[in-house]
Amino acid sequence: MPEMNMVQAINDALRFEMQQDDRVVVLGEDVGKVGGVFRVTAGLFDEFGADRVIDTPLSEGGIIGTAVGMALYGLRPIPEIQFSDFIFPAYDQIVSEVAKYRYRSGGEFPCNMVIRTPVGGGIRGGHYHSQSPEAQFIHVAGLKVVCPSTAADAKGLLLASIRDPDPVLFFEPKRVYRAAKGEVPEGDYTVELGKANVIREGKSLTVISYGAMLYEAMDAAEKAAEHGIECEVIDLRTLWPLDIDTIIASVKKTGRVVIVHEAPRSCGLGGELVSLINEKAFLHLEAPPRRVTGFDTPFPYTLEMEYLPLSHRILPALTETANY
Amino acid sequence: MTTVSSYQEPEAQGAERRPDDVMADDVIRVMAPDGTVIDDIGIDDETAVALYQAMLRTRIVDDRAVTLQRQGRIGFHIGSLGEEASIIGSAFALRDQDWIFPCYREFGAALLRGLSMQTYMDNLYGNANDIVKGRQMPDHWCDREHRIASVSSPIGTQITNAVGFAWAAALKNDPLAVLVYFGDGATSSNEFHNGLNFAGVNATPTVFLCRNNGWAISVPTDKQTASESFAAKGVAYGVPAVRVDGNDVFAVLKVTRDALTRASAGEGPTLIEAITYRLSGHSTSDDPTRYRPEGEAEAWEQRDPLLRMRRYLAERVNWGDAEQASAEQAIHHEVKAAIEVSENTPKPALETLFEGVYAEMPWHLREQQAELLAGTRAPGHGE
Ligand SMILES: Cc1ncc(C[n+]2csc(CCOP(=O)(O)OP(=O)(O)O)c2C)c(N)n1
Ligand SMILES: [Mg+2]
Repeated sequence: MPEMNMVQAINDALRFEMQQDDRVVVLGEDVGKVGGVFRVTAGLFDEFGADRVIDTPLSEGGIIGTAVGMALYGLRPIPEIQFSDFIFPAYDQIVSEVAKYRYRSGGEFPCNMVIRTPVGGGIRGGHYHSQSPEAQFIHVAGLKVVCPSTAADAKGLLLASIRDPDPVLFFEPKRVYRAAKGEVPEGDYTVELGKANVIREGKSLTVISYGAMLYEAMDAAEKAAEHGIECEVIDLRTLWPLDIDTIIASVKKTGRVVIVHEAPRSCGLGGELVSLINEKAFLHLEAPPRRVTGFDTPFPYTLEMEYLPLSHRILPALTETANY
Repeated sequence: MTTVSSYQEPEAQGAERRPDDVMADDVIRVMAPDGTVIDDIGIDDETAVALYQAMLRTRIVDDRAVTLQRQGRIGFHIGSLGEEASIIGSAFALRDQDWIFPCYREFGAALLRGLSMQTYMDNLYGNANDIVKGRQMPDHWCDREHRIASVSSPIGTQITNAVGFAWAAALKNDPLAVLVYFGDGATSSNEFHNGLNFAGVNATPTVFLCRNNGWAISVPTDKQTASESFAAKGVAYGVPAVRVDGNDVFAVLKVTRDALTRASAGEGPTLIEAITYRLSGHSTSDDPTRYRPEGEAEAWEQRDPLLRMRRYLAERVNWGDAEQASAEQAIHHEVKAAIEVSENTPKPALETLFEGVYAEMPWHLREQQAELLAGTRAPGHGE
């Protein structure tokens, strides 16, 4: 199996599907000739031409709005939003059209597309190149939300997303775009949506995370193990709909849970997870569920590493929850 | 009610001209408001009658829907009183393969294309047979069979959707065009600008039809733009634009046909500004007397597109009171029968609330569905 980073794995998935399925088109700002500001679409323009790898005008509403029309026509558009911080001009289209088209047309018009967008901080990007807005899309009925943490999952989840009958918001954790390196299966490879991955087994405590923070959670879990705390670490992979069975089974086993995400705390996915765990595993809990998250402030520039819930902030939460 | 014979030509507004100056020199007109032909575009009598019948059908349905709403039998209606020529003339120009991306006033276009009266009525009632399963307000239908996309309320969003659809067709070399409807107010929305820009850059086969009906709810056109017309906005995007008398069904038909010819020849999009007038309130929820200048609606009643056609038909095909009465009666009959069926059709089943959010129902919606089904019913929703 070849080794790839996440950028290469996503590029590989796009190329594979574009070769297999001529309905697939990629569109967005700078995705064509230059191959994307993160090089994710590199080489696709030369291979598939300007009609399938489309440099659009600078308008996110226009990108998603026209992608809706393409999807209704029967294409498989994969619009790219250059940074998820700039997705808001398209929020109207995503909320009002993409998410609702199937439902509001009584099933006459599915509107599936994969909206790819880099997410998250830790790259010295300041307010507008660092945010994690996933919860704002989870809250919208009709959307699926995915966020891989490994190169292989990025490929497998992307191919599954493109073939999924529903629209998918595909958040790519840009902090680990190049650092998340590993073996990636060649050719066709899918990872089923809605399935979490237990990447470390343990019985002391459940740690739930995703995207770039998964690595911080793993680091903290390894350090906790030195103190005899064996964490079970779950990589959600699909943020919505959640793999509730895997989550609840793990929490019932350990009785303790810490949730880690870099998105702001209040009304974040962590809050929803705590509610679900309370509703479904209350009598199994030995300690209050804990969240280690970004703060409810705009994403800072200079102090960004203080904002992110890195390993050093996760570890005390693990030991305190384990010893509660 | 204005009679068929009474008609006074309004004066062009000259230097004072506003976007709704239908008498301005650059406004294309084929049939004068008194029904006489200025520019013979070769419309045969059969076509003329068909156009008139479609407009009449639209108006009668509209009228009945308003009454149903006033009687509390449906929740809402948004209609096209006065705008029938803009809607029917443009939809009539379409070829079979072409698509419509509607705003919310174009049920007449759907009926013209073959949406059944029953299906439309079921949508007004939001009942179990509603094509959108009672999930949206009345008049928010869709009609894939007749190549019409889905109506949504947010202003302007359908414009880029239509451009993308047309663009996809062009990428696939499929010979079709897309007609997208929107109002004068929508020209201030994000997606109007995005849509014209994307269409201009990529030469998509899109026909933009702006129904300039003078008002966006209570906001008049001179509060919507400082441009001297809505068509003027095409210039900035490199999209050719025309202004047409939107109450002249022949002229609307002609400019839409011309736009389709351009689109088919790969020459890209056209913006049509159809100058018309909303003779009703914005919807059944609106009372226009609170903001409309006195006399304005009355002046436009003189230019009623149906009266204009009746004057034309009276001259050309002897369409008199008898023909009119029997046409009206047939439509009333059709509408009445549809209402009866819709009214006796039950509400959508409770479980359908959760269906179709996704292609397959995820666990959280199954849970919520079970919770609702096991619970007590809302007042008025008892078994
Ligand atoms: C984005 C958005 N803002 C506000 C509204 C409320 N609204 C509904 S119709 C309307 C006026 C639209 O006017 P116009 O585009 O001229 O169309 P018309 O109703 O005259 O056909 C407004 C403000 C809306 N539906 N969507
Ligand atoms: Mg208007």
